[in-house]
Amino acid sequence: MNTHAVELHKVGKRYKYFSLNDISLSLPTGSITGFIGVNGAGKSTTIRILLGLVHQDHGSVQVLGQAMPEQQVLAKREIGYVSEDMRLYPKASLAWHMQFIQSIYPNWDQAYAEQLLKRFDLRAEQKIKGLSHGQRVKASLLLALARRPKLLILDEPTTGLDPVARQEVLTALIEVLADEDRTILFSSHNTLDVEQISDQVVFIDQGSIIEARSKEDLLDAWRRLRVRVAPDQTVAQLPYVLQHQGHGQLQTIITNRYSPELQQTYQQAGLEIQAVELLTLEEIFVASIQARREGKNL
Amino acid sequence: MNIHSDLSISRTDGRPMYLQIIEQIKQRIAIGDWPAGSEIPSIRQLAIDLRISVITVKRAYFELEHEGIIVTQHGKGSFVATNTQLSRQLWEDELDSYLEQVARLAALLGLSNEQLIHRLQAAAAQQQQELL
Repeated sequence: MNTHAVELHKVGKRYKYFSLNDISLSLPTGSITGFIGVNGAGKSTTIRILLGLVHQDHGSVQVLGQAMPEQQVLAKREIGYVSEDMRLYPKASLAWHMQFIQSIYPNWDQAYAEQLLKRFDLRAEQKIKGLSHGQRVKASLLLALARRPKLLILDEPTTGLDPVARQEVLTALIEVLADEDRTILFSSHNTLDVEQISDQVVFIDQGSIIEARSKEDLLDAWRRLRVRVAPDQTVAQLPYVLQHQGHGQLQTIITNRYSPELQQTYQQAGLEIQAVELLTLEEIFVASIQARREGKNL
Repeated sequence: MNIHSDLSISRTDGRPMYLQIIEQIKQRIAIGDWPAGSEIPSIRQLAIDLRISVITVKRAYFELEHEGIIVTQHGKGSFVATNTQLSRQLWEDELDSYLEQVARLAALLGLSNEQLIHRLQAAAAQQQQELL
């Protein structure tokens, strides 16, 4: 078994108006990675490269131990992919799709498929064209999950879902990980979903990966400090101040290198620290993007 | 004995999820719901039950292990440590952390030590009244 289900090394792809800049990324086997970026940041291009649908200009791509795109036929047997614009046949029923997938993939697990049908509150005999958006997403997910793929790649799986459907989908995803050989990569704008279920978080912006690490480490490193400063003091020059707000005596500092030592450094510089707060993943994402676009080092 | 997890995570709690897990496990051990030596859910199982990431549960278990509250045997699972002093120690630790909070709030309000002690005595008296 590979310790990493996916390994990208300095992968680049150039288009006329967009380029993916030497991205490196590894997904440990048995983990869930949340892939966050604004529209057009490069999430889908990266995913298409992993699937062998787009060929990189340079760099190496290993998926489940296979070099992509050369060995994509081998790799794809073990990859399940779900995207928002899944093409299902509108006139055929979900049962027809299930049989069709089953005829191609020998790993198909009918008992699991039926369990998911119930869980997702879907009816197999219903035609695809009669399904709501949420039902269609759940149907696509069912078709991918019941194949029991080693790598599950999901492009915006929870976008446009109602709260109940979202929880159903997230639960199904978490349960996949009961099997330690299986790995999930999912892209999302919904940082709340990523915060809930991801082991690893990756931020991508303008074709570059700006953060890729354990979610716990990431949440742990960021803090908002509410401080009181002397009237003539500025906080911008203090170490690791990524953002600061306020002009009076009460100011807020955001840092991405928090430690008790850093807090001491601030106190020694004369700041009176009134509160230390954690940030949500969404706040961290937005602050990271802003800092990078302002030319600051993260 | 295999313990079914009945922990729950609050999204509005404000504290990190791993701390909530640690606290709830400590409570269950302290009040005896999870007796010494009993097997507790595996990391992956608890992650699935709570619908949160494996790494978050892993971190909670790691810290609980570090504090000697649980032991993890490779390939066998995690168990409540068989240390009889544990539950007393847990409550002591909890008291200390509340006292720290009290001291912080008192400083924020600008209370003197005498005023703080007075308030504490009043609270203790109130508690005794309720018990009678």
